[in-house]
Parts: sequence; structure tokens; C-alpha cells
Amino acid sequence: MDSNSQIEMNENSCKVPDFTLNTSSGRSISSFQSKTSGGHSIKEVGFTELGSKPVRHGSTGADSEVFSSSYREINEDDARLVYVNDPEKTNEKFEIAGNSIRTGKYSILTFLPRNLFEQFHRLAYIYFLVIAILNQLPQLAVFGRGASLLPLSFVLVVTAIKDAYEDYRRHRSDKIENNRSAWVLVNQQFQQKKWKDISVGEIVKVSGNESLPCDMVLLSTSETTGVAYIQTTNLDGESNLKTRYAKQETQMRNLEDEEKISWLIKCEKPNRNIYGFQANINIDGKQISLGPSNIILRGCELKNTDWALGVAVYAGRETKAMLNNSGAPSKRSRLETRMNREIFFLSIFLVTLCAVVSFCHGVWLRKHEDELDMMQFYRRKDYSEGEVENYEYYGWGMEILFVFLMSIIVFQIMIPISLYISMELVRVGQAYFMIRDNQMFDESSNSRFQCRSLNINEDLGQIKYVFSDKTGTLTENKMEFQCASIGGLDYSNGKAITDNEQAEYSVQAKEMVLRPKMKVKVDQELLTLSKSKNSDKGRQVHDFFVALAACNTIVPLTVETSDPAIKLIEYQGESPDEQALVYAAAAYGFMLIERTSGHIVVEIQGERQRFNVLGLHEFDSDRKRMSVILGCPDKTVKVFVKGADTSMLSVINKSLNLNMVKSTEAHLHSYSSKGLRTLLIGNRELNTSEFGQWQSSYELASTALMGRVALLRKVANNIEKNINLLGASGIEDKLQQGVPEAIFSLRTAGIKVWILTGDKQETAISIGYSSKLLTNTMSQIVINNNSKDSCRKSLEDALVLCKKLSTDSDGEASQLALIIDGASLVYILDTELEEQLFVLSSKCSVVLCCRVAPLQKAGIVALIKNRTDDMTLAIGDGANDVSMIQRADVGIGISGQEGRQAVMASDFAMGQFRFLVPLLFVHGHWNYQRMSYMILYNFYRNAVFVLILFWYVLFTSFTLTTAITDWSSVLYSVIYTAIPTVIVGVLDKDLSRTTLLKYPQLYGAGQRQESYNGKLFCVTIMDTLWQSIAAFTVPLLAYWGSNVDTSSLGDLWTLAVVIMVNIHLAMDVTRWYWITHAAIWGSTIATFLCVMVIDTLPTLPGHWAFFHIASTKLFWVCLLGITVGALVPRFVVKCFVQYYRPNDIQVAREAEKFGNLRDSQDEPQGMNPIFYPPRR
Amino acid sequence: MNSSTPSSSAGGPGSADPTGPRRSSKRPKYSRFTQQELPACKPILTPKWVISTFLLISFIFIPIGLASLFASRDVVEIVHGYETDCIPEGSRNDKVGFIQSSLDKTCNRTLRVPKEMKQPIYVYYELDNFYQNHRRYVRSRSDHQLRSPTSEHNIGDCGPEGATSNRTHIVPCGLIAWSLFNDTYGFTRNNQQLNINKRDISWKSDRDRKFGRNVYPKNFQNGMLIGGGRLNSSIPLSEQEDLIVWMRTAALPNFRKLYGKIEVDLQAGEIINVTLQNNYNTYSFKGKKKLVLSTTSWLGGKNSFLGIAYLTVGGMSFFLAMVFVVIYLIKPRQLGDPSYLSWNRNPGGR
Repeated sequence: MDSNSQIEMNENSCKVPDFTLNTSSGRSISSFQSKTSGGHSIKEVGFTELGSKPVRHGSTGADSEVFSSSYREINEDDARLVYVNDPEKTNEKFEIAGNSIRTGKYSILTFLPRNLFEQFHRLAYIYFLVIAILNQLPQLAVFGRGASLLPLSFVLVVTAIKDAYEDYRRHRSDKIENNRSAWVLVNQQFQQKKWKDISVGEIVKVSGNESLPCDMVLLSTSETTGVAYIQTTNLDGESNLKTRYAKQETQMRNLEDEEKISWLIKCEKPNRNIYGFQANINIDGKQISLGPSNIILRGCELKNTDWALGVAVYAGRETKAMLNNSGAPSKRSRLETRMNREIFFLSIFLVTLCAVVSFCHGVWLRKHEDELDMMQFYRRKDYSEGEVENYEYYGWGMEILFVFLMSIIVFQIMIPISLYISMELVRVGQAYFMIRDNQMFDESSNSRFQCRSLNINEDLGQIKYVFSDKTGTLTENKMEFQCASIGGLDYSNGKAITDNEQAEYSVQAKEMVLRPKMKVKVDQELLTLSKSKNSDKGRQVHDFFVALAACNTIVPLTVETSDPAIKLIEYQGESPDEQALVYAAAAYGFMLIERTSGHIVVEIQGERQRFNVLGLHEFDSDRKRMSVILGCPDKTVKVFVKGADTSMLSVINKSLNLNMVKSTEAHLHSYSSKGLRTLLIGNRELNTSEFGQWQSSYELASTALMGRVALLRKVANNIEKNINLLGASGIEDKLQQGVPEAIFSLRTAGIKVWILTGDKQETAISIGYSSKLLTNTMSQIVINNNSKDSCRKSLEDALVLCKKLSTDSDGEASQLALIIDGASLVYILDTELEEQLFVLSSKCSVVLCCRVAPLQKAGIVALIKNRTDDMTLAIGDGANDVSMIQRADVGIGISGQEGRQAVMASDFAMGQFRFLVPLLFVHGHWNYQRMSYMILYNFYRNAVFVLILFWYVLFTSFTLTTAITDWSSVLYSVIYTAIPTVIVGVLDKDLSRTTLLKYPQLYGAGQRQESYNGKLFCVTIMDTLWQSIAAFTVPLLAYWGSNVDTSSLGDLWTLAVVIMVNIHLAMDVTRWYWITHAAIWGSTIATFLCVMVIDTLPTLPGHWAFFHIASTKLFWVCLLGITVGALVPRFVVKCFVQYYRPNDIQVAREAEKFGNLRDSQDEPQGMNPIFYPPRR
Repeated sequence: MNSSTPSSSAGGPGSADPTGPRRSSKRPKYSRFTQQELPACKPILTPKWVISTFLLISFIFIPIGLASLFASRDVVEIVHGYETDCIPEGSRNDKVGFIQSSLDKTCNRTLRVPKEMKQPIYVYYELDNFYQNHRRYVRSRSDHQLRSPTSEHNIGDCGPEGATSNRTHIVPCGLIAWSLFNDTYGFTRNNQQLNINKRDISWKSDRDRKFGRNVYPKNFQNGMLIGGGRLNSSIPLSEQEDLIVWMRTAALPNFRKLYGKIEVDLQAGEIINVTLQNNYNTYSFKGKKKLVLSTTSWLGGKNSFLGIAYLTVGGMSFFLAMVFVVIYLIKPRQLGDPSYLSWNRNPGGR
């Protein structure tokens, strides 16, 4: 079975018949985007929805929803009809949006209700609100009105101001956008119109360097060939120019002169696929098909073209740019999920406290039932009215209920609502530091680290699995032509050409020297061969390089240099592989000079030759090859094919020259084991009848309305057969800097690194070796099967082998590497074999998956994610990694050569793979430690306060009087103790960067959840209990039976608890910056000041209480006693644990301080050199 | 800038110009803050620190504890409960009835001074089981009304003692004022009147700012139910010190309030006769009443809790210091020894 059909089965099994994520640049096979003479189409990338819609994957079975509407063929009902230059008729049914856009969410009227509505989507705010409302009921008014509403209104107002400001900016930019002007054809004349007034069906004229107001079908351009260059930076971040074409039929017409044109465009409904478009245009009764290369999208800019005319087909919010305008998907961090569980426990605790209070109150009321009427402090009877009735007494049951509700109000901060706000602040701070980190700045692409998702910073400290793409992620994706095998001979002695030799491959043209921009190593022997035209070998070489120069979608651009006589030729294209091939061809004297839709011009050894492009079968991931049909200058018609070895070998006519095929295959094997990306190139001359047959079916297929893609594929398959093999090329994709070191560190840290690549097995293995993922001591298990049964068998065998190896070698278990290919995965993912694969892979320290399709990548991630609790991270750079990035817990995009789709879908984006090491080991570790400590501390901080209130309630006959003033209760988590937690959460570092990088194993703390787990939570709660008891009972007993008043005691408790929690925090701070000092001691002082200010208000019962009690010595003795007594147990436990059972972090910290580690000074350290800790 | 552009492993011909045009570099500006390299102090709990901390605590706490114990011991306190004794034998079955009746409540008690008491001797009344911190009770007051005559109508939470049955405002309103304690004490020593100074028993801040100089009691204690003492309506609130003291609500259900000061020394063994008016109704909630005469120390009244607590903490700390000394001597661990790192401790295991 050949691999081609395997892939098909894969797709069938995934139930995605028409939806394949095409590699945007091609992996091992390079991409063969192409334009066809009839229906030009650019690359076809299945665009997984970037929004939050759940995308299902190979392993889970994609449902039909996945393949977006753009891939359906247009059917009559779904089509949008656009009458060219007849906007009235087009818009008759009012179904089509105008071109004005509105990104602002609110208007002045709707702001308040809508903004509040959105804010209250958060559970925390609803809790706040319910408590505040409860407090407004007169029976339940525990706090004063102001005090109870303050925290909620504060948060709401701050958020509302932020939202309003953002919305104002959006409105302003909307206004600017909407009021830009464009030239629109009205009554045979171009008039200026504002963007917002453009409607679908109108003809718009755009000049060079202008941005496009809406999505338009190109009608004509200033170039006679109908070509227009656009830049899509705003849309997908790719900065290279893309070519779009006007149809010849429309290009010819002069629209201004014609009275009435009755053209009808039938196109698909608006959708968000920016790489797909299907439509046809009816020009005077003739149907012409339109594809993605005929549409220019809003947000792009017209470049290198004087003007272009187009007819608006999608406008305003229906444009593809606007439809894609959705934020990054929101994820929730593992820590937060765990935290929510603990918050649930806390709420149970809260309810228990409230139940205890209300129960006791009920008992108390029963016991004193007879006395209530008279009791001076209860006085149930009200005599002030005429008749005697109960005063604010609603019966025993109701009183208990009221007490229950009141106790919820009083104890509300047991649920640390402020924690959510603190967490957001801390994450912003952490993101700031990550973005500003010099060591994660990529010099070559001039890009900083990007935090696209703010919610999962701390997940970076717990990663257990890293799934990495290969091309562009581990490698630079800067392709270099390395060697070629032509006619069965290997030419691989390339040497870099020195400057004085450059003249050899520059080209004289109209007193102008043209020179390719990139230099390529050339093989001298091949260079001489390429100049000799007559030998048999020479012809093969000639054809080989013509294929390289012609069989692609590269656009040559000339660039001025400082020397006016010399111009550089730059090859713009979407696939780096194709660029490398064209540069190589140029270096050997086959320089591509011009490309239009109908022909290309190649300068062959100084001689300009024109080839007519008769047809082009673009790359697709089924065929894995592309072909171009050229009318050569010698009047022959040839088809040139290039493609991946597996797909090419099936179409090659082996009978022609079996030896040559054999030796080429041998070369291929040696190339790929050197880690080169290989391609086979072949051609065939077409005779007239064959050509005619092809041409008619091609034209039929490319104008077909139904099943065009399938039809074209069939036509291509028919012509791509009996190919005469020309040779093979080897392209090197260099490993990025520092990748082997990074992978070694990751593995030392106990992270499992999986590489998922579309490359061949040999290439993948050789990259594995060069990136230090595979070592010679590892035993490799290779699974490479074509049927389910053989898969099952090899999995079982592998498991047996695993067991044998682990029992054989005692202790020194040799490491296992699993290598599995996409074909086998077809039979494993989504079946019962998944479980076995999981067991096997969890025993292997390295897993390499080769030849995997994009959806399989996501499937593999899901395989791990669904079965373990371990955190997964996916890192990739191309469109084919999008699904994997979105599926993993943490998705990282490499902002590299391949556009920005991966970055758009990612949570974090960076320039180089090696930044993963500082990202995880340094920032991830810090983020995790900081965040976990902050959560635990916040639990403690709020619970200790609530418990002190609770203990006091037990002495007030369970009526929820608080000794601590309302204002202090409210300010406690807002002012008294808020800032230090945030500061410590942002700044504290348990270990320095140097140590963390030197000992990657320290990362294990996060993987083992050492800083936040159920045990720590329990210990914290026990500690909280003790501290609250100490803080409560010391004053209670010291003042028992004395003449102390409520307010004074309340002030003592307020200050005691604030000092206590601040010193508690201070005990745990590992690094004291001046900011930390300022925050901790500053907020303690601020508390004193606040208490004083509150006590100067004569209308509060506690007037002057602080000054009275603070003038007694007893107060200060109590304060000291509370602080020390409450914290001593914690201190003792801390000392014992640190001394007796030091964890790794503790030991490393001591080492850092006392210099047992070599050079532990805190100086910035790069990834290089990586320290190799003593192993074993 | 310390751009340590790492360029060792692989700089190939492909990477044409890594040091290309630098005009618009987005490289973050280096600062010690953004690189998180601010100078910092990194304290570590070394044995030295741990032991000296514990020793320090014990050296501070033990003296303070001893001092408080001595202070508490030096305080002389006479506590005399009278809530039962001051009810005539015959009325003890119906104490509430007796206290609500208009019978004479005068009661004579004698106290013996156990030790010499230096002046000033504070006279307190102590109530037990009286929840002055009950939510219904603490809310039932109007601080605005107490301050200024213009806020007389401001009786917000004062119910059920906000207004009289004919809807005129009560000043001072609320349950707290209404339940003003009204037992009175007179002391004689050797048939000589002992003066009780009742001035300045309240907080100066309360007299100056909280209770108005021109606010006079109105309609006070005119209702159906008499809660406690009456006020002389010709004296402004700022001078009604008993009320001011009473309205500083006590934190705990067992509390004392200052009644007055005796400004002469009392000798050991002296007999003091107390003539008291047992007016206040604590019988309806089974509360206790006590008369307390007490001297004072630098730490307040007689309470040995703090002394014991301080001695305990100090003693424990000293003990812990010793324990840690022993531990460090018996089982020393070199701080920062890499062999304690988990991956060095158990080889093979990751």
C-alpha cells in the first residue's frame, strides 16, 4: 500500500473528507502553491476557526461542522448575488451589511446596562452583589450602607472606566475608518465616497499603497496582465507580497465607458476563511469561475500596482477581516481550577460557621424566651406605640434565618473575592516581566515575547509534556539548497561562492546587472555541467533547473541597490522551500525574471527564454505534489512535476531507467538521513492529443461550480503519470540556535519532549539526533504499519520489549524512544489501541511522530491530555500547528517565517525555540511559585480575619456584633493587606535565574505541585485556626472582666491581625527589595493611620478609642504577645522542615547564598553555555 | 546594554545578517527592574539565626512576663457580689418583683481591706451576663442626637426607645441610655464619710466632642417600662458622666464600669461600710452585680493571664533554642550541600 492511499484512509477515518489542513509552506514536501491559468488560486489552508468554537480533532472524530462553509461548493440557496455596478439591485433584499463598521461595544445610552450586565457575568461579582443587596434589607443591615457598597462599587467603577476608555478608543478608530474616502464609480464617473457609504455591488478604485475598504473581486488593474500585489500584514501578519489576478475577461473592459454592465457575481455567504473564496461571474452570459486569488480583502494594502478596480462583495462586518476579529481563546489555569475546589471547601466552611452561629442563637433565644421582653439589652416589647407589640422580632424561626443571613454578610470575605482581582494584577505584572525579558528577545526577527492570554501564566511552571513541531520551530525554516541528484548522479560538494565569483551568476540586462539576493553554495561540477547544453547529462541538468525555476508560485521582484547599475532580484513567495529552489536555480544560471499569469521568463545562461504557463495543478495534501504545464520555446509542451518522494515514486515511469531510479532513491535516503528535506523532480513531454484532452478537461474542471476541487484533483492525477524522473533535491533546514541545549535542559527537568512533524521518518530521526533528543544509548521502537492488526501487534511487541528492558537492567533502565508515523496513527487514534499507545508512550522518554497530519497533531495532544493530569504544552509556528496549539493546555506560537496563524491561536508567542527554557524554568517557575503562595496566603489572610470575627460573635450571644468597625472590615482586604500580597506575588523570587537555569530539575517542584496542594491547604487552615485563636484569646483574657469598651478592643484586634498577617508574609518573603519593605511596613503604618482617622470621627461610637487604648501599656504588651504567640508555631515548623526535610528549592537557595554552587552571583545569563549538571 | 548575543553553536551562511539594521530594535530597554535583578536581601534561616531568634524572644518575654505577674500581684482588689444579699430574705423568691416595686432598696454591706490600698482607689460596678454587645443593644443609640441639639429628631435606630407614646423624641434615645445603671454606693470608714470623686471618670474626648454641652435630657425614662437610671434634665449630657461611662458599651458580657475614685489610702484590715441602693434590675436575666474596689498598676487591673502567657512563650522559646542547639550539634547538615538535592539523593529516579 502506498502512502498516498494511507493518507486517504486517515482522512476517511477522521471523517473529514474535504477538509485537510494543508501545510502552508509544506513540510518535507514543500508546498506547491500555484496559480492555474484559468482559475488562479492561492494556497488552500483549511482555516480552523480561530475563535473559541471547540474544534474537534482526528482522535476524537471531527464532526461535519469543522469544514467551514468555504469548502462547500456554492449552491443556489446559499449564494450571495452581487450585481456588478448595481448596488440598488444587489441590496434589494436588505440582507447585506453596509460598509460601516462598529467595533465599539456600547453607545452612550447602552453603556451602563450593558457594561454592568457584562461585569456581572463573573461569579465573584454576583456574590458581591447578593451580599450587598442582603445588607440593604433593614433586618439584615450589618454594615452601614456605605461600607457595604464600597468594595463592589469600587471594582465596578474602575472596570467601567477602563471599559469606557477602551470603547471610546474603539469608537474613535471606527470613526476614522468609516470616514476614510475611496473612489467609487457612480454614473460612469469615479467619485469620492466615504468608506461607510460604500455598498456591495459598487465598483471601487484603489490606488497604490492604499488600503482596501472592503472585500472586493478584482476586475482590472493597471498591469495589462491583470495582476495586483497586495500586502496582508494587517490580516495575517505575513509581510511578503501576494499576487492577485483580475480575470482577463474583465481586465479588457473599460468600465467607465460602458453604459450598463450586467454582470452577476454569485459567491458564497460571508465566512471567516481568509484563504478561501469561491464564486463565479457571469459576464454577458459566459460563466467564469473565481477563486481566492481573485479577491482582495479589507485590511490589506495594494502595493507595486498603480491602481486596481474591484467590485465590493463583502462589506463592513461581513468582511473576512472583521469576521476574524475575535480575541484569543480564553483558558483557565490549572492552579485556578484547583483553587476553585479549595474555594468550594471554604464556602462549606463558611456555611458551617454561619450554621453554628444561627444554631447557637436559636438555643440562646429559647433559653431566654421568658426574659426577652424585659431584658435591658434585648427589650422585645415596644411600648412607644399605643398598644404593646414586639419590636423587630419576627418569631423564633425568622430570627434564626436572619442571623444566618447576617452571618453570611459578616463572614463574606471568607471567600476571598479580592483574590481574583489580586490575581489579575499579579498576572499583569508577571506578563510585564516576561515581555520585558531581554533574554527572550529575538534579535533576528526583532520580536519580543508576547503574552496573548493573561490567564495561564502559572501553568508555565507545571508543564510535563512538550509537543513540538519541527520545521520552523526546532529549525530556522530558512531553507538552503544543499545538494542535488540529477540523472542518478550525486552533486553535493557545494561551496560558498566568494564575492569575486559572484559575477558568474548575475545577469546582464539592458545595461543593468541583475543579481539574486541570496547566495547559494554551488557545486562546481554541476555548475560546469549546467553550462554545457549538448550532452545527455547537460540536457537533464537543464530540464532539472527549468523545473526548479518554473514549477512554483514564486514572484520575482527587483530591488534597487545603492549602485544604480546593479539590481537585486528578490524571490517572494509563501514557501521557503520554493524560494530556496529558485535561488538555487538562479545560482546555476537559470534565473527566473518575470512571472505573469500567462507566462514566465527565465534567463537561461544569459539567454532569455519565455515559457507559456498553460496550466498549473496546485499542491494539495492528498497528492503531495504540484505540476505545471509549460509551453516551451521549442514549441513542445511539457509537464513538470515536483513532489514528495512517496507520492512521486508512484507516478514515475520506472521502466525508463531503472538504475537511475534506484540510485536516486539511494541518494534520497542518504539526504534524508542527513536531515535534509527532499523532493523529487520529473517531467514528461505531452503529445498534441494528450495535451488537447487535458486542456479540455482542465477548463471544464476549473470553471465547474460543483466539486471543483475534486475535479481538478482528478485532472491532475490523470496528467501526472508516467513521469520521467529528472532528479532529487536536498534542502537543508538549519536547527535553530540553542535547540539541542534547550531540549537537553527540558529533558533534564523531567519534561517529556515529543516531536510531531510532517517530515519523513529518516529526516525526523536525524533531526532527533542532531537536536540531542535521541542519543545512541537509547533503544528505538519504530512503529510503521499499514493496517490495524499489524499496529496492534507492534504495540504489543513494544510493550513486551518495554517490560523486558525495565526488568533486565536493574536501576540503570535504558531509555526508550518511540518513533511512530502518521500512517500507523491512523489506525491507533480514535480506536481502542489508543490506550496501548498511551501506556507505551508513557514508558518512553522520547516520542517522535513523523508524517503526521495537522489534525493528528491535535489528536496526539488530546491522547495525553485526556488520560493524565499532566500539563501539556504545544509549540509550533505554522497553520498546521494551530489545532495542536489550541488543544494543549498551553499553546506557544513561534513568530517565524510562516505567517502568524500559529501566533494568533497561541497563548504566548516568541521568536525562538530556545526561549522555552527561560520561559518555563525561570518565568514559569516564578509565576507558579508566586501565584500558589499568593493564593494560599490570601486564603489564610481572609480566613484569619473571619475567624476572629467568629470567635467574638460567640461572646455576643450570637448576634453578629463586630468589635472591629465596619470600615475596618471593608478596608481590611482592600487597603490594609492588599498591596503586600500583590507586590510579593509579582516580585518575590525563590531562586535566581542562574540557579534555575543551572539546575533544570528544580522545575520539578511545579510538576509535583509542591507549592499548592491539598496538604498545604490543610496545613494553612490549621495554622489559620491557631493564629486566629491566639489573636482572639490574648486580648480576651487580658481584658476579661475589665472596663474595656468594644471599640477599643476592636481596634486592638484590627491592628493585631494586620500586623500578624504582614509579619506572616514577611517570614515567607525570600527576597527583600526596597519595594517589598515599603509595601509590607507601609501598609502596616497605613493601617494605623486608617484606624486613627476612623476613630477621629465623633459620629461613630468608637470615637477616640484608639488613642485611649494605645496610651495604655497593656495594649502594646498584648500586641507583642499576639504577634509572637501566633507566629511561633509556624516559625518552629518552618525551621524544622527547612532543616530536616529541605526540598530542592530550599537547598538550592542555601547554596545560592553560601556560594556552594560555582559562580552564583546574580548576573544575567543566557542560554549559552548551558551547564551540564553531574548526571547520576 | 549587556546584549550577550549568543552566537556560538550555529551561525551558518543562511542567517545572512543577524546584526542587520538596528534602527528600530524593539529590544526591551535594560533595567535592573525589568530584568528582575534589583538588589535584594535574601535572608535564610541558618542555625545561628534560628537559635538567636528564639533566645531573643525568651529574653524579651520572660522579663515582661515576670514584670506583669508582679504588677498583677501588687494590685489589691476587693470584689463584693451583692445581687442576692441585697434582696430581703422574704423577697428572694420573686427578685424581679422586688426590684420593680417601690420598696426601699437600701442595703448595707461591709468590706474588709485585705492589704494596704494606695490611692487612687477605683470603684467599679461589675455586671455579669449583661450583653452590652448584643446587636439589638449596640445599634440602639444615636450619636448625632447626643452631639447637638439640632439633631434631636435624629433617632434612626433608637427603637424601641426612640420616641414616647405621644411621639415626642426622647433625648438621649435608645436602649443603651434607657438601661443606664443606677445602683449607688456610699462608703464610710470608721463612721466617717469616704469621698467618692465622680468627676473625670469618663473619657475627655467623649465629654468634649461626643456629648453636647447644650444637649439636655428630654422625656427620658418617661415610658411604661423603666430601664434604669434617670437623668437630671437641667444638666447637659456632657456633664452626665455616669451616662457617658455607660454608653461606652463594654466589649464582653462580663464587664466593669468605673463608678468613681476614692482618693485616700486604705489600710490593711480596715472595715468599710457600704450603703448601696440596689435599684438596677439584673434579675430579669439572671445577671450578677458586684462592687469592686481596686488599685491599679502599670498594666491595669488584677489579671495574671498576660504574665503567665508571656512566661510560657518565653520559656518555650528558650526550650526550643536549646532543642535546636542539640539538633544542630547531633545532626548537622551543611547548608546548600548539593548532595541533598532530590535528584542527587536517589540516583536513577527522576
